[in-house]
Amino acid sequence: MRRIYLDHAATTPVRSEVAEVMTRYLTANWGNPSSPHSTGQEARKGMDDARKYIANLINASPEEIIFTSGGTEADNFALKGVTYTRDKKQHFITTKIEHHAVLHCAEALEKEGHAVTYLDVDSDGLVDPDDVRRAIRKDTALVSVMLANNEVGTVEPVAEIARICREHGVLFHTDAVQAVGQIPVDVKKLGVDLLSMSAHKLYGPKGIGALYVRKGVKIAPILYGGAQERGRRPGTENVPGIAGFGKAAELAAAELNEHREKLTRLREKLIEEIFRRIEDVKLNGHRRRRLPGNVNVSIKYVEGESILLNLDLKGIAASSGSACMSGTLEPSHVLLAMGIPREVAHGSLRMTLGTSNTEDDIDYVVDVLEETVKKLRAMSPLASPGRC
Amino acid sequence: MRQGVFPRLNEDTVNHELDWQRSQNRYGNPEKAVVAMSGGVDSSVAAYLLKNSGFDVIGITMQVWPVIDEGPSLPRTCCSLGAINDARNIAWSLGFPHYVLNFREPFERMVVDPFISEYLAGRTPNPCVACNKYIKFDLLLRRTAELGARWLVTGHYVRVFYSLEHNRYLMLRGIDDQKDQSYFLYMLTQDQLSRILFPLGGLKKSQVRDIARKVGLKVAAKPESQEICFIPDGDYRNFVNERRPGAARPGPIVDTEGKVLGEHSGVHHYTIGQRRGLGLALGRPVYVVALDPAENTVVVGDKEDLQVSTFTTTENNFILFDRLTGPAEVEVKIRYTTPAVKGIIAPLEDGRVLVRLSDPQMAVTPGQAAVFYRGDLVVGGGTIERSFKQTS
Repeated sequence: MRRIYLDHAATTPVRSEVAEVMTRYLTANWGNPSSPHSTGQEARKGMDDARKYIANLINASPEEIIFTSGGTEADNFALKGVTYTRDKKQHFITTKIEHHAVLHCAEALEKEGHAVTYLDVDSDGLVDPDDVRRAIRKDTALVSVMLANNEVGTVEPVAEIARICREHGVLFHTDAVQAVGQIPVDVKKLGVDLLSMSAHKLYGPKGIGALYVRKGVKIAPILYGGAQERGRRPGTENVPGIAGFGKAAELAAAELNEHREKLTRLREKLIEEIFRRIEDVKLNGHRRRRLPGNVNVSIKYVEGESILLNLDLKGIAASSGSACMSGTLEPSHVLLAMGIPREVAHGSLRMTLGTSNTEDDIDYVVDVLEETVKKLRAMSPLASPGRC
Repeated sequence: MRQGVFPRLNEDTVNHELDWQRSQNRYGNPEKAVVAMSGGVDSSVAAYLLKNSGFDVIGITMQVWPVIDEGPSLPRTCCSLGAINDARNIAWSLGFPHYVLNFREPFERMVVDPFISEYLAGRTPNPCVACNKYIKFDLLLRRTAELGARWLVTGHYVRVFYSLEHNRYLMLRGIDDQKDQSYFLYMLTQDQLSRILFPLGGLKKSQVRDIARKVGLKVAAKPESQEICFIPDGDYRNFVNERRPGAARPGPIVDTEGKVLGEHSGVHHYTIGQRRGLGLALGRPVYVVALDPAENTVVVGDKEDLQVSTFTTTENNFILFDRLTGPAEVEVKIRYTTPAVKGIIAPLEDGRVLVRLSDPQMAVTPGQAAVFYRGDLVVGGGTIERSFKQTS
């Protein structure tokens, strides 16, 4: 059966060049980078190189990159690490559409007695920078707004928000897990203090990510142990993962424009074809300010779950809502925050494109989708007669 | 090939077998079947039998409750992470796709909420009946069609066949007396029955275990859970109190004459027939014979006061015929664990049914199902509404 993967926001396949580099650090150069001997130094070299490539991808300095176990740890590190530099209760600002790695961490901080403001978004999923300005208090320690949303792909006005934060002397963090490798990310132009990223969203391995911490920003460790990562993140480094991340970052930087153009072209084709052939469809997220590879549509009168399973039975991997531990789907908190009614949110379908996708894939997917929706609507008690 | 593993059915299930054959690869095109998989031995064997008979199988596990990571102490209920993983592993090893469907919201709305309200109304609800009616054989059946499948398959022990004589689908108890689950399935309509397969109805549990063992299904030795799936510790009182804080209002315990004997902690903490935990010292055993949430009283009486031979049922469904038009002799089962007894059912207005038992039964409990049989044949059933004191 033909298989088409349209869930690159969940994870991406590891590129062969990346796997090759990783194998080297699993077999030949398997040393501990903290060891002073040559075996250790070989591993250290691989790690240092990787750090340069990753720093280069976001226009940072290598010493501003701290490796973590992934995007979730990077987000937790940013929020808790800033909190724990001070002894007193503090205030945080974030949004209702953040990834759970930020939202649930913020809730945990609330339980510790800190205050959190969760900002609303508009119907496109955009945060209003003025809302940030208004929410800032004397005791605000950190503002965290994602660079691009994982579900609807909306790209937030992060540079403007960062400027407001700087004016008020408040630190600013952005979760850039979905953005890095898809759109140009320049920490200096954005003016951010902290930025989270993850390797497996850019054709690197799982289990490795990084937090960018601008030089001069104080952050307390959230784990205790050895002196790795300048004492800020202990634990023997995941050298194969880091090396793979480095290679993925190197390739992403070199191919960014080409990748972005290709995905944008495919995205536009997919959106246009869906709207041309299926009635009662709504695009979720901003029409233009969106990630190149993201298509998120609500298909009225049908369950997203049913579409998803039917597509999978035809070899097409997509997503609806957000995945959780047992593999079931909950109505997306992002769509709900955008004011989309529950029943429409239930009919949402996310397709996220990647390097392997072709124009031909899009044709095939739209054919299958049109047929599936037609079939499901024929059974749906909600659909009015005569519709597609 | 399928003859080898597929159970030989005895004579009175020939029609059931025919039904099977009807569904087998009629046009050389395997028919699609969704198997509801709980991760337990029964549904796993059902899935195996279907797959082995040439069906194009899709495994579905319904998640109706927040996933419980059971740890070492709790039993595996249908919503534990372990159960979902078991179902997934079986699907993987048998080679068919498996999905978890999220039914948490409708389960909450149509099973759990009414369960709580029923207790607070002084009745003893049967959530398995509600789940079968609204979730398994309604929502899941709809999803089955949406996945393009002709059949929904479950591991229930019950036999269904199409009777040319009656021109409708009929239901027989499962062959295994100990496992028969027709009590929970009396509410199925003709349309539902035409789309469901119960491959275990003609098998004994021991045979099911043998099949599981023979084909190496990893679930064969699992203990069975008897508890309500969303209350794994069995403490429904605590569950209701946590969900509806403040609902437990103390009030008087009275005898059948209305004399106050003591105090109760909340009507929903008691069930009909309960003897222990009443906190009364009267020198003789007394039993809860009625619950009156309107007056907030628990009524106790002697064992004889528990004997009931006449009661009514609501929300009736009949399988043997469309409508009950006159009195009929049947056997009546008033709870899953007690055998059916002789009785007569007669239609009342509004579709209610009057049930008269030839011998009185202990603790006929409003909210529970009463299911009517004629031998192995399921006539129909309903929810016990209220019982009447003996007048004779």
